[in-house]
Amino acid sequence: MHSDAAPQPFLDGEQKELVLAALSQYQGQPGPLLQILHAVQDRLGYIPPAALPLIADALNLSRADVFGVVTFYHHFRSAPVGRHIIRVCQAEACRAMHSERLTAHAQARLGVELHGTTPDGSFTLEPVYCLGNCACAPSMLVDEELHARVTPEAFDALIDRLKASP
Amino acid sequence: MTTVYVPRDATALALGAEKVARAIAQQAAERGLDIDIVRNGSRGMFWLEPLVEVAVEGVRQAYGPVSSEDVPGLFEARFFEGGAHPKHLGPTEAIPYLQSQQRLTFARVGVIDALDLEDFRAHEGWAGLEQALRMSPADIVRCVTESGLRGRGGAAFPTGIKWQTVLDQSAAQKYVTCNADEGDSGTFADRMLMEGDPFTLIEGMLIAGLAVGATRGYIYLRVEYPHARRVLEQAIARAYEAGYLGRDVRGSGRQFELEVRVGAGAYICGEETSMLESLEGKRGEIRVRPPLPAVKGLFGKPTVVNNVISLASVPIILARGAEFYRNYGSGKSRGTIPLQLAGNIKRGGLIERAFGLTVRELLYDYGGGSATGRPIRAVQIGGPLGAYLPESQFDTPLEYETLAGIGALLGHGGVVAFDDTIDMAGMVRYAFEFCAKESCGKCTPCRIGSVRGMEIMDRVLANADREHNLQLVEQLCDTMLHGSLCGLGGMVPFPVQSALKHFPEDFRTR
Repeated sequence: MHSDAAPQPFLDGEQKELVLAALSQYQGQPGPLLQILHAVQDRLGYIPPAALPLIADALNLSRADVFGVVTFYHHFRSAPVGRHIIRVCQAEACRAMHSERLTAHAQARLGVELHGTTPDGSFTLEPVYCLGNCACAPSMLVDEELHARVTPEAFDALIDRLKASP
Repeated sequence: MTTVYVPRDATALALGAEKVARAIAQQAAERGLDIDIVRNGSRGMFWLEPLVEVAVEGVRQAYGPVSSEDVPGLFEARFFEGGAHPKHLGPTEAIPYLQSQQRLTFARVGVIDALDLEDFRAHEGWAGLEQALRMSPADIVRCVTESGLRGRGGAAFPTGIKWQTVLDQSAAQKYVTCNADEGDSGTFADRMLMEGDPFTLIEGMLIAGLAVGATRGYIYLRVEYPHARRVLEQAIARAYEAGYLGRDVRGSGRQFELEVRVGAGAYICGEETSMLESLEGKRGEIRVRPPLPAVKGLFGKPTVVNNVISLASVPIILARGAEFYRNYGSGKSRGTIPLQLAGNIKRGGLIERAFGLTVRELLYDYGGGSATGRPIRAVQIGGPLGAYLPESQFDTPLEYETLAGIGALLGHGGVVAFDDTIDMAGMVRYAFEFCAKESCGKCTPCRIGSVRGMEIMDRVLANADREHNLQLVEQLCDTMLHGSLCGLGGMVPFPVQSALKHFPEDFRTR
């Protein structure tokens, strides 16, 4: 968990409904836990810690099992995120085009460290290790939109555009 | 009616292909022209993307790189008839980068509409499956073994031998799993194939299922590939509708079910046993072998685990025969290899050729040197766990044995170029840092060794007791190489030791 705030101990009605819907959609399949966690996070933006007992109970797993899976994978988050998630590639092919400078620029522009969320809740900045766009580095994934040969100017233009649109 | 091709490949989209497609549709409508826009994959010449093609009298004419601002001018120049324009590159197939390739696995990628079954069939699609349906399982396996195909994911294990082991098991349920967790930096062949010709992967998995007696398959796809996911899911739905997947594959009485499962951002899940754990919905911790996945794999059942490119190479082997495929390449590196050229390079892209191309030919004949115009100082081959090569090794052929001979590896075929501004000590620190982040934590040499390596490199970079600390790095590499359970901790020594050996000047006091 990246947040210092105590997690909300209960799910609200809508969240609970969503978790139950994910369970009923995937529960019957073999090895369904990752799919259930994806379904919850895709809708809520994160996996509320209070959802874990519900999921564990339905799959006949311990809470520790489910917690262990959530925390093993970089993609899964236990705290809310910004409206847009910006993933800047840190891997070698992007480093060959000095992605560390892009990362530093992104941190300065947004005023957050990697894994941080801007105070207005607009953006979360994340590292990512390869987006398969290695011939046009440095690369960045914004929500599900891929960006190639990203310069600091292009980064700023994108942030301005996202801020202007609701 | 004129057919215009605008790629839907993720890199082409990142460079503006969607805007270009919309601009073409709009211009065509305004001018009352009957233009059909086909969304193909990429030809793999990424410095030319978005690469727009138009079919003129049966020949594909290329224009690129096209921006949406270029589109009105292209219409003025009557590009839809192959008209002259500064962005006109001539016939696509005559571009030297493409003309000199030998595309077997990627024969259809960038050529056909990725999601059109008719287009797929018209370009030799399903020919391998139809052949396999007439063969016994043992004969299919023999054909793949004789082709000399080795795992293209990185480990280079002979595919036919793996299949034979699964075929030899008697079990009520067997599985075919496709490892599409392409996490190596500098690689994008899996992504390009899944986005540009997904039916070939489905066909390869079907053939594997027939060969070993498996009725269910999973594609384990990394979450970082949202575009590939959309294409694969649509392709699978269409293959079901057309009766290629399901309870009775094309009336053969054979069953094959297929679905995509999405990973969650863990590099280690590209390791086959970790991938199986993840497919089962667990933490991606690696398993101790034996038993091999071929004996006890997914849900404890005999399981084929192959990379996307290995599986996608199977259809042409079945369609044209083992002999046809093994006649490409040399020594124990048979067939073709899709190389991926990336990083600081002028003309990055995908180059599929018979094994044997040298690093230098790849970097300069294809790549045209660095993107920055500075000298290329180093290349890393085979992803984050691959060795760094200095200029003096650039004449090495890109083959399994020749690379092993110089302490390097081909891996999944990614080649990343760095110019002379690269700091190799920083890259060594990064190699340990990456391993520390991605270690599954199961074995101590990898879990603790990677963190210690990072700390030692921090001291080296701070000029603290440099000689002693560099000795410690060497000893640590020895422990990780011999003591780790899998290739993550066990292969970090490749980039680390090669950098220390070939670029010692970067590790001196600064």
